[in-house]
Amino acid sequence: MQIAIASGKGGTGKTTVATNLARVLSGTRPVQYVDCDVEEPNGHLFLQPQITSSQSAGILVPVLDLDRCTRCGACSQLCQYHAIANLGTTMLVFPELCHGCGGCIRVCPEQAIREEERPIGVVEYGTARGVHFLHGRLNVGETMSPPLIRAVLKAVDPTIMAIIDAPPGTSCPVLTAVRGADFVLMVTEPTAFGLHDLMLAVEMVRALQLPTGIVINRADMGDDRVERYCATEGLPILGRVPHDRRVAEAYARGVLAVDAVPEMAVSVQPLADAIFQEVAL
Amino acid sequence: MKEIVIISGKGGTGKTSVTAAFAALAAPAIMVDCDVDAADLHLVLSPTVEETHAFFGGRQARIITEQCQACGTCADVCRFSAIRHDAATGYQIDPLACEGCGVCAHFCPHEAMAFEETCNGQWFRSSTRFGPLVHARLGIAAENSGKLVALIRREARALAAANQANWLLVDGPPGIGCPVISSLTGADHVVIVTEPTIAGLHDLERVLTLTAHFHVPASIIINKADLYQHGAEEIAQTACTHHAQVLGHIPYDPVFTQAQLVGLSVIEYADGPVSQAIRACWNQLRISLTKE
Ligand code: SF4
Ligand code: SF4
Repeated sequence: MQIAIASGKGGTGKTTVATNLARVLSGTRPVQYVDCDVEEPNGHLFLQPQITSSQSAGILVPVLDLDRCTRCGACSQLCQYHAIANLGTTMLVFPELCHGCGGCIRVCPEQAIREEERPIGVVEYGTARGVHFLHGRLNVGETMSPPLIRAVLKAVDPTIMAIIDAPPGTSCPVLTAVRGADFVLMVTEPTAFGLHDLMLAVEMVRALQLPTGIVINRADMGDDRVERYCATEGLPILGRVPHDRRVAEAYARGVLAVDAVPEMAVSVQPLADAIFQEVAL
Repeated sequence: MKEIVIISGKGGTGKTSVTAAFAALAAPAIMVDCDVDAADLHLVLSPTVEETHAFFGGRQARIITEQCQACGTCADVCRFSAIRHDAATGYQIDPLACEGCGVCAHFCPHEAMAFEETCNGQWFRSSTRFGPLVHARLGIAAENSGKLVALIRREARALAAANQANWLLVDGPPGIGCPVISSLTGADHVVIVTEPTIAGLHDLERVLTLTAHFHVPASIIINKADLYQHGAEEIAQTACTHHAQVLGHIPYDPVFTQAQLVGLSVIEYADGPVSQAIRACWNQLRISLTKE
């Protein structure tokens, strides 16, 4: 079973929920924590895994054999991302614009193009006190995260439960991360920004037709606008986490909330149970 | 005109609240919300939309059912697993998985694939109490947020030039990927709003590497500064190593949330320690920008 933890807005406590959930669940079953927030992976700061292996991930980009190439321009015409330019005398490839669709290789009448992997990041594996750990780390200055997210998800062991920490937002990276999940848990805040971004995230999850539930973090720091929205939309609220300065301070130091504040473990378990109940429905 | 981009790396550090406060202090200014994925600035600036434009971010494939011979070529050539087959409906495109590469349309032997421009968002030119705002809304799961960011930034710059504005304030997206790069290349200055947490610090290093990579001078505001003293000191050190100036410290205070709930910038809402800290940051920024 794959449970994705998402939030339209960053900083709502997505990683806090995902890491603490993984830790609590690992008490009763094998569980893997999968950090797909490859632009800013943070789960490792709290779980502190020992990385046991890593592997580079990349995109297949074209390499042109200019001796064979007749400058017919078929490849540059096909490429939707302007990753190949025909300058008449020579051809220029812009690997960082290439999405790796493979069209140019297929269309070239002279077989003048081969593919080579361009690294965009790494996938790292490890263990963290019984939690199987997996994350992707995008190279700085790199623009394309979905191929790396796909590489991370490919490494997930389908036989055991996975908690997927998704990137924030509602565009291609999040979608890539959550689309294979059995359930999406959305973390939000009872504020103006929290509600607005939650509405966008709900729209996304509905487009994917995935079952979903809500956790309201810092539940006592705002007003009831998120509660009212969830009631109107028929979205189940699976947990409410009160604001606790001790949790914020533990987070600041990189300590899991359930380790720093014992009462937290008591509130995470019912959240897990509520998710299982929703998935079973 | 000075173009200042406010980013954070990690989300939730108070970037948008700081941008709104700067807008109140800089007014009249031009604002642009480049966090097109989760645009929130308008919730504080309450804009009156004056113009709405469609954003055509790319193309998407569509099967012309009457012409399809179910040969399966499209599914074979698609590298994004966006074309599926099932007995009842035949070949189908999953629009959420399609990256718009057009390879299927090119190789379809029966000309059964249309490849059309798609509208995947909207952008707006609006007016607010602090000056014009350019903002956008990207369609759900749409591609090309970087392209949309580049577009609205270009519009905002043109507007700033036409209005002879002194300030262009850019609320940037989170992360370090495509949209962030589109929002900061060529800007005069980047302000990074961070927090003294392990996660904030980790992301700050990555963001500073990015701003250095694109040669944009950066300075730092430490929000929730009293949450973790040691963390705040480490941020100051990191800033120093990367030659970034710390503009100031903002205390951990629920006033940001309270102001946001009533749709005001913190400057308008209260004149407490948070507003004073932000004023000090803004003045410091103005001083260093006149030196640059
Ligand atoms: S693989 Fe696709 S995206 Fe890359 S250069 Fe070739 S046609 Fe363009
Ligand atoms: S399609 Fe092949 S021969 Fe034609 S320009 Fe491209 S590489 Fe050269």
